[in-house]
Amino acid sequence: MTSTLKIKNLASKENRLAPGHRMCQGCGAAIVVKMVLLAIDKPVVACSPTGCLEVTTCISDYTAWKIPWIHSAFENAAVTLAGVETMYRALKKRGKMSHDMAFVVFAGDGGTYDIGLQSLSGVMERGHDLLYICYDNGAYMNTGTQRSGATPFGASTTTSPAGSAVPGKLQVRKDITKIMAAHNIPYAAQASPSHHLDLMRKVQKAVSIPGPKFINILSPCHRGWRSKADDAISISRLAVNTRFWPLYEIENGKTRMTHIPKEKLPLETFLRPQGRFAHLFRPENAWMLEDSQRRVDTEWEALIASGPPHTSER
Amino acid sequence: MKTRIITRSTCKPVICEPGNSAAFKTGTWRSLKPVFEPAHCSNCLLCWLYCPDMSVNLTDGRVSGFNFDYCKGCGICALECPGKKGAKAIRMEKEENA
Repeated sequence: MTSTLKIKNLASKENRLAPGHRMCQGCGAAIVVKMVLLAIDKPVVACSPTGCLEVTTCISDYTAWKIPWIHSAFENAAVTLAGVETMYRALKKRGKMSHDMAFVVFAGDGGTYDIGLQSLSGVMERGHDLLYICYDNGAYMNTGTQRSGATPFGASTTTSPAGSAVPGKLQVRKDITKIMAAHNIPYAAQASPSHHLDLMRKVQKAVSIPGPKFINILSPCHRGWRSKADDAISISRLAVNTRFWPLYEIENGKTRMTHIPKEKLPLETFLRPQGRFAHLFRPENAWMLEDSQRRVDTEWEALIASGPPHTSER
Repeated sequence: MKTRIITRSTCKPVICEPGNSAAFKTGTWRSLKPVFEPAHCSNCLLCWLYCPDMSVNLTDGRVSGFNFDYCKGCGICALECPGKKGAKAIRMEKEENA
């Protein structure tokens, strides 16, 4: 299956996300959803909790989805789809359904890291056969950039504004991919739209594995990140190359790096184009930059130590 | 206020067609527009893959232009275009009425 993964082959497929959705220009989430749906060959049933993706794809009287799609509440997208998946299994058992289907949750970081975590954890523990995609833009972008559990250390958001009292968010982001892997699920991975073949390969692999799967995908948001409208891909490439967003997969407890950047860039190159980190470049906040870099290095070392690198795949 | 009783016959689905957002043209949001230079196109299709608005038109598997009904003018295609021999196949220009 993976051998056919070439953009030229995908180009003959129909996009299952229609244009006319009301996501901002240059939105990373739209690119992520488009790539994920292109990678899957089976019919897909999807579910989204409240979030940017949900409000922009189903503004009243319109839908951008060409697949069955359910909007669920913020905290229970994973269980909603688990219910659908259970019904599907029951119907299949009774011989009322025969074709193969994939079940995919598209959730933002608010619905994954914070509000939806307990229901997601339950679904992972009960072993439902679904793929959970988190498009991680690092804050509650839909409601105006409030900090979330995914917001990186130092980022300025409307609820952790950088000023004279606080220099942005003072807490460290959760490592949700590791949290999911700790549920002993068969597949957990991290991907970035800048490395599209790596992303789509991971999605194809995940869909082919029975049981609960989780993929965390970086999804640049230029409105919340205070960057330029055209940099969704370039900035996610920088996230990978500065090692801020390592690309790896954990299959049955085994970690494998899927891409090692040729040259290690300093974290600053990823932070500099983003207005939410502008205050980190003031002399009094130099410690935050150093702190962030140290953390990225430590996490990378730990990751490399846990899984042998494979540089053959891009 | 009159109460509306919802029955099987009065409850009609609001959305009857998948992907009907295509009827909503987001092209009016645009202040910059992509301009295609076919001579510099290596047909890598990265613009097609990266476009968040499904607005890169393909004809027989080759890029043939843009769908200005939906293109919001983000410029990702122009920035990511590797082009040919150092010249990009897509550049952004200001919309006339922007």
